[in-house]
Amino acid sequence: MTAPAFPGLSYARDVAALARKDLLLELRSRDTLPAMLLFVVSTLVIFHFALPAGSSDVAAAGLLWVALVFTALLGLTRAFVAEREQRLLDGLVLAPCDRSAIWLAKALSIVAFLLLAEAVALPAFALFFDPVTAPMVAGIILADLGIAAVGTLLAAMAVASRARELLLPLLFLPLAIPIIVGGVGASVADDPGRYLGFLGLYDAVFAILSWATFEYVVTE
Amino acid sequence: MTSSLRSNQAVLLAAAAFALLLGGLALAFYWVPQAPLEGFRQRIFYIHVPVALTAYACFGWGAWKALRLLWKRDRRYDLESYTAVHIGVIFGILTLVTGSIWARTSWGVWWSWGERQLVLFLVLFLFYCAYFMLRYSVEPGPRRAQMSAVYALFGVVLIPISFLAIRLAENFIHPVVFSRDVDENLTGSQAATFGVCLAGTLALAAALHVNELRGKRLDERLRELREALA
Amino acid sequence: MIAARGLERRYGEKRVLRGLDFDVPEGGFLVMTGPNGSGKSTLLALCAGLLAPTKGTLEVVAERHEIGFLAHEPLVYRELTALENLELYGRLYRISERRERIGMLLERFGLWDDRHERVSTFSRGMAQRLAFCRALLHEPRLLLFDEPYSALDGQGTELVDEELRSLAASKTLVVSTHDPDRLGPLATARLALA
Repeated sequence: MTAPAFPGLSYARDVAALARKDLLLELRSRDTLPAMLLFVVSTLVIFHFALPAGSSDVAAAGLLWVALVFTALLGLTRAFVAEREQRLLDGLVLAPCDRSAIWLAKALSIVAFLLLAEAVALPAFALFFDPVTAPMVAGIILADLGIAAVGTLLAAMAVASRARELLLPLLFLPLAIPIIVGGVGASVADDPGRYLGFLGLYDAVFAILSWATFEYVVTE
Repeated sequence: MTSSLRSNQAVLLAAAAFALLLGGLALAFYWVPQAPLEGFRQRIFYIHVPVALTAYACFGWGAWKALRLLWKRDRRYDLESYTAVHIGVIFGILTLVTGSIWARTSWGVWWSWGERQLVLFLVLFLFYCAYFMLRYSVEPGPRRAQMSAVYALFGVVLIPISFLAIRLAENFIHPVVFSRDVDENLTGSQAATFGVCLAGTLALAAALHVNELRGKRLDERLRELREALA
Repeated sequence: MIAARGLERRYGEKRVLRGLDFDVPEGGFLVMTGPNGSGKSTLLALCAGLLAPTKGTLEVVAERHEIGFLAHEPLVYRELTALENLELYGRLYRISERRERIGMLLERFGLWDDRHERVSTFSRGMAQRLAFCRALLHEPRLLLFDEPYSALDGQGTELVDEELRSLAASKTLVVSTHDPDRLGPLATARLALA
């Protein structure tokens, strides 16, 4: 075995190898991302019909965040599907690499998917409802990090369960509440900085927690 | 290392809890002078807040045991963590109920989004219900123990983060914040009553915890013996 | 290399392994037999470190990078090519001279021509052979094989025979099989699970 020059470098290499695998898989199967895109646009259309006349513009921004969280949930449910169906997580866990590298690689690929989905959702939102503001975009990026961090860990938990797709929304939604608050606040409040800071705090805290505890979720 | 006590200590704990609670309730309803502004309904404060604080303590204790489980990789902590969370949820439900009653008697509504503590408990209630769903849907074993422990840690971290979120949310949700005619500072007798009630609820939670643990460990032991004989 | 004392593993209420005691010395070859559901796969997963015992002890004196595991499933990504799969594992196991080693294994198991095909196009026998490549990629000292002959045709079976013979000389093996006579001469110990 080759010894790494710095320990961090081999960790980064592991993450890169795993992330490349995740992105390659999605490119090949091409089902999750189109589904997310279609889902988010359909949801926005539904929201038009769901908002009664006289609803404020601000309500639309709130609903955008609902759409984003549920679209993310859709993507997260598929995150470990190959690993679950073919017991592939065993293969990855057996490898000598740090298990948290699996988490990091998967979370990074989820962030990529979310950004792609939002690249479509935001123009659609701007078209159907209101223009998109810079703090809103910043909020979305920060929220993506938090969603991916927490969602990846919870998706790994759902892999081991009997309830599968049922379980992930139940585990995820309470943890998504602060993200919604941060995101909507960044989108509509007068002082978005506070909310962006809060999202940053959420990301930092939960990313560290997820990174540190992932090992325990996939091993015994 | 474990939370189980000898049986006479457990009985003592239960007796202490009973005494403190009974005493605390008596103090709350008969001894402490009526709050001049709020009136009789203020007395529910002596139940509601201790119950809420006890729920936090249970979640914290559950998270501590969870941390020990992950640290030491010792599965005995799983049962302790689980029962602590379990009792925390019971107290959480009580918090929601007493809070709702208090809201009803104060303002005529059963729920108020302006009540931060109440909203926080609602979020936590959802979270810990999911904790039970998680446990229910995974086979008992080392994996379930570890996943529950990780989730319990997430829960305890969620408490301050959610509280912050609820405060921040008020700026754009603008919930109807009812005000209470509160007598701001606790007088000596009020503080004493509160102290006794809090000690009572904590003792009750501890007694329930110990009792449930003993029962479950006994079940485990019984099962082991049955299998050894089979 | 492996020492089990009072090893027990339960799934919920069911005990799959109970009170197991056995030893596998370095260089040993343990052949496991037993009907379906007797816990052969569970025992191998325990030795690999994928599962933890619910009671008793299991000592395995081998690091993760020294263990080669052949499971019931081939543990390869169906939507990746054979080469991509081995590249991934090669990177994760930090194999030096990765390309050469992968090439050599693919050749040895007759998959070189199909290296750019996705595993979803493989037959079960080919996937099993790829699984062998994956398991042997990092030259492990301890090999845990769960029914290695399953899904293999005549040629594949011969390949595996050869492979096991050469591995038995220098490595430690634990193999579960429905066909113990085939491995009879190589085995240094047998374990029959009920």
